[in-house]
Amino acid sequence: MIKSSFFRAVMVAAGMLTALMAATPANAVVEININKGNIQPLPIAVTDFLSNNDLGAQISQVIAADLQRSGLFAPINKSAFIEKIADPNKAPRFEDWKVINAQALVTGRITREGDGRLRAEFRLWDTFAGSQMTGQQFFTQPENWRRVAHIIADAIYKQITGENGYFDTRVVFVSESGPKTARQRQLAIMDQDGFNVRMLTNTKDIVLTPRFSPSRQEVTYMSFEGNQPRVYLLQLETGQREVVGNFPGMTFSPRFSPDGQKVIMSLQQEGNSNIYTMDLRSRTTTRLTSTAAIDTSPSYAPDGGRIAFESDRGGRPQIYVMNADGSGQTRISFGDGSYSTPVWSPRGDLIAFTKQSGGKFSIGVMKPDGSGERILTSGFHNEGPTWAPNGRVLMFFRQNAGAGGPQLYSIDLTGYNELQVKTPSYGSDPAWSPLLE
Amino acid sequence: MSRIDTSAMSRMQILARNPAVIALTVALALAGCANKKNLPNNAGELGLNGAGAATPGSTQDFTVNVGDRIFFDTDSTSIRADAQQTLDRQAQWLARYPNYAITVEGHADERGTREYNLALGARRAAATKEYLASRGVPANRLKTISYGKERPVAVCDDISCWSQNRRAVTVLGGAGM
Repeated sequence: MIKSSFFRAVMVAAGMLTALMAATPANAVVEININKGNIQPLPIAVTDFLSNNDLGAQISQVIAADLQRSGLFAPINKSAFIEKIADPNKAPRFEDWKVINAQALVTGRITREGDGRLRAEFRLWDTFAGSQMTGQQFFTQPENWRRVAHIIADAIYKQITGENGYFDTRVVFVSESGPKTARQRQLAIMDQDGFNVRMLTNTKDIVLTPRFSPSRQEVTYMSFEGNQPRVYLLQLETGQREVVGNFPGMTFSPRFSPDGQKVIMSLQQEGNSNIYTMDLRSRTTTRLTSTAAIDTSPSYAPDGGRIAFESDRGGRPQIYVMNADGSGQTRISFGDGSYSTPVWSPRGDLIAFTKQSGGKFSIGVMKPDGSGERILTSGFHNEGPTWAPNGRVLMFFRQNAGAGGPQLYSIDLTGYNELQVKTPSYGSDPAWSPLLE
Repeated sequence: MSRIDTSAMSRMQILARNPAVIALTVALALAGCANKKNLPNNAGELGLNGAGAATPGSTQDFTVNVGDRIFFDTDSTSIRADAQQTLDRQAQWLARYPNYAITVEGHADERGTREYNLALGARRAAATKEYLASRGVPANRLKTISYGKERPVAVCDDISCWSQNRRAVTVLGGAGM
């Protein structure tokens, strides 16, 4: 079979993942040092794409960095390469790649079309089987060269793991700067690897909790503009903003429904906060919870049928699940401490959360019925998980004690491969986009 | 009617013979923000309108001589006994100066999540507003706003410091809903 050697390698990795995901004791995962390499990453050689400038090398660098950050691949240092690829369309000398243990090989070429567009071609080779796994080409404007690299990395990821990638995605977040007592906050957007950062708002008003629309062109967030803390919609292409609804109090903690037609959020009135939806087309609002408590952080299941949320109706914040019409409100978190910010996985099988217990803040996941709780990372303050669109990686923000500010981190669903996501200044409230199209 | 600390008062009266010393003392108290609650609220009437002294009825007078903020226990929104005294003073002062609109800002410490702390700050502001209203401040003068954990006054990593950030601040004028 063509894929035999890959199948072997990936099965090894997948076997490890499955075993780890099944491990129930929460502490076991936290204590494992990801640097010990418990998941054996697949050695892969990503050669410089041929081009008449340095763009080919830059593209291969972005591809290799994506694959490396996933924790599932180990790009081989280019200085170890023996064969110099002269024609990316010809079969490579597989022996030269096997001898440096490159189980997969990526070759490619960047050329300029007559109309100025870039043509990017790549081939993925199985060196031990001596065959090509896939070959694709893309056309784009030159300024989109990083996106092309991410798309190619996604294609490699999918070919080898069998799962959709998440590299051609973006992250909206709150960019923070200045001292803690006078912190300035701006909405910002960047590629998932931290490049192409763009500010979406100025520093004048406090902005919090941006969330992507499933259509990707909109972000909902909360702003203190005019000293009226309310939920807003922002069109990413045009920069146009509007208030969501006309509510008699603070609206906060917004999120889109999976069909993008509704925004679900909390409305505060006097001491209570309850959960409402607003239909963006009809502008009708619907109240879903009605308690003398704080009900917040609503998050839809990907099929739209259920909603996870946080409530302190039982004393401390805990996670509850209800039907989309507000019926059947049921508590699902019963561990020590309190549970906040539930976020339903894009696959529907897990709910990520922030847990506060024993003076520590942790990021964890549990099944929608509350079983199978697993802590992925724990420390002084970890908060606000968001899922990569393939449901394999989470991003969150971490704040250390004292005067500094928060930073973004990503972690594999298994609790391995925790990495800082670099931002120009402090960063918080990350929200991962769906896969771009 | 107004609650004046008599020992502080006599101290001020003695010091009043030397206005320069008074100005310095008041300025230090402002900067330190420590014993502001013990200062008399009629410093202006004692002829202390020099640098640093608060004009009666001014925002500074309210902040320095009445006390503009109260503090809460962890995850709590109940008005403590010491906070009740501060709010009683606020209500008296606000009755004397009825032209100020009032915004109560609710705040939380950093040991919670962003969304929950926004709601918690709102709950603290609402509890404070309710107490002030019960002491005769007309509800239509009182607005509230929550800043959650986003506007700490103290930067720290221990419990004694976090307690300074769990607060409700009564702001004269100001914004709010």
